[in-house]
Amino acid sequence: MITLEQKNFEEIEKMTKGYNRLLVLGCETCAAMSFAGGQRQVAELASAIRVARKTSGEQGEVLEEAIARQCEPEFVDLIKDDVAGCDAVLSLACGAGVQLLAERFPDKVILPGCNTLFLGVTEELGVWSERCAGCGNCILDKTAGLCPIARCAKQLLNGPCGGSMNGKCEISKDVDCVWQLIIDRLDRLNRLEMLEEIFPVKDWSPAGHGGPRKMIREDLKL
Amino acid sequence: MKSGSNLERLLESGQFAVTAEAGPPKGSSPKVVQRKGELLKLCCDALNVTDNQTAIVRMSSLSGCVLLKEMGMEPVLQMVVRDRNRLALQSDILGAAALGIRNVLCLSGDHQKFGNHPTAKGVYDIDSIQFIQMVKTMRDEHKFLNGEEISGDVPFFIGAAANPFADPFEFRVTRLAKKANAGADFIQTQGIFDMPKFIEWMKMVRDRGLDEKTHILAGLIPIKSVGMARYMRNNVSGLSVPKEIVDRMADAKEPKEEGVKICLETIEQLKEVDGIHGIHIMAVAWEDIVSRIVEEAGLMPRPVV
Repeated sequence: MITLEQKNFEEIEKMTKGYNRLLVLGCETCAAMSFAGGQRQVAELASAIRVARKTSGEQGEVLEEAIARQCEPEFVDLIKDDVAGCDAVLSLACGAGVQLLAERFPDKVILPGCNTLFLGVTEELGVWSERCAGCGNCILDKTAGLCPIARCAKQLLNGPCGGSMNGKCEISKDVDCVWQLIIDRLDRLNRLEMLEEIFPVKDWSPAGHGGPRKMIREDLKL
Repeated sequence: MKSGSNLERLLESGQFAVTAEAGPPKGSSPKVVQRKGELLKLCCDALNVTDNQTAIVRMSSLSGCVLLKEMGMEPVLQMVVRDRNRLALQSDILGAAALGIRNVLCLSGDHQKFGNHPTAKGVYDIDSIQFIQMVKTMRDEHKFLNGEEISGDVPFFIGAAANPFADPFEFRVTRLAKKANAGADFIQTQGIFDMPKFIEWMKMVRDRGLDEKTHILAGLIPIKSVGMARYMRNNVSGLSVPKEIVDRMADAKEPKEEGVKICLETIEQLKEVDGIHGIHIMAVAWEDIVSRIVEEAGLMPRPVV
């Protein structure tokens, strides 16, 4: 999933100031799973904005809505009447959702209510962590199913640097050294010899360094 | 000869080498580098110039190398992959070759989070092992990473770092093997305080024949005070400072003397370890102690080759 967190309230308050009719728009997939932009967070945030506006004497109405995915035009188009009736939309989706809204509603102010963090997993309730950097050329077959590009602070491809201590990364005692995890797992699988070979220089062009990325599937196009 | 550097000639002739570290200043004055050069000139065979060490911005390593070279010293150009992508690394390698630098040390670099610009974007386009391989290809095949021809020679004696004290311990020898296979002609290790662990590592190194493939220079960090010993024990990732060393420094009436004593004892023990081809002294902010250590270790005068 795409992990995201709501921006702090002061930033949201400042950003939305002056837009009389404000639509707070949730996204029921990743944002909901991140507890940042599902229907419930939309209701909570909308009511907090109402309270703040009342306190500061600001006029206006705060509307609420949520759609299944803000990254799909067919869902976005479902709310075009709601959007037409407001002055600005505060999107609680990831950056992709925010931008699709901006594309579909060219005359409307679209504001981001969340920070998009990473492609990750839920470790436990309330804890998410990064797993994938979307580098466009998966190497997990060579690294025991654990990604050094997403999870090594230096994106090293040939084993841990000299800062790996007691299974932790040099940047923080709270960060696992992914190379320690890779080595432990390869040891368990009896495949440690895989690491003897020098991993070649990576082509970063599919990772976004070749410019903005696009995928076209001719077989699926109408 | 791969590079014709003094360090290469010395190591290839089987002599025990002494190198030391000279960090450039957080400023533009050449005098700081020149002063360190003067202090270390007669007691070292080559002098490493660090590259934004601990991710703190300093005068560039290449400039420091040129300043030392102008004084007749032989520099070792340290380069980290943290701050430069493959274009910048190759371009600086060519520039260094043009300026007559003949030794390079290929490093990952401390993470930018530790330094004085912790919000910087790290580069890490290639890793240190790929960097070693790239310089070797530039030198031996006159080719850039993309396969294009390089005009002119790129004569470098290629170095790398090894840390026997980081985890996972067993993999540390594999990583050294990868560096040797990638083309590392010499290795400078992390500072040694935990001698039993180092001896165990060296045994594994010899068992794989790596001491025959690359020249291993053992790292030394002279300790100035108990505070420094404690700091290294508790705060420096990848360093192993046994409690015994901290206690010795804490109990010492003259801590600096004790630090020198510990360093000299370490050198004596290292002389007994098979496969060690030299020492590398990292006397950070204590460069003036190096000549005394080298003298008292019986390693003066330095040979002329």
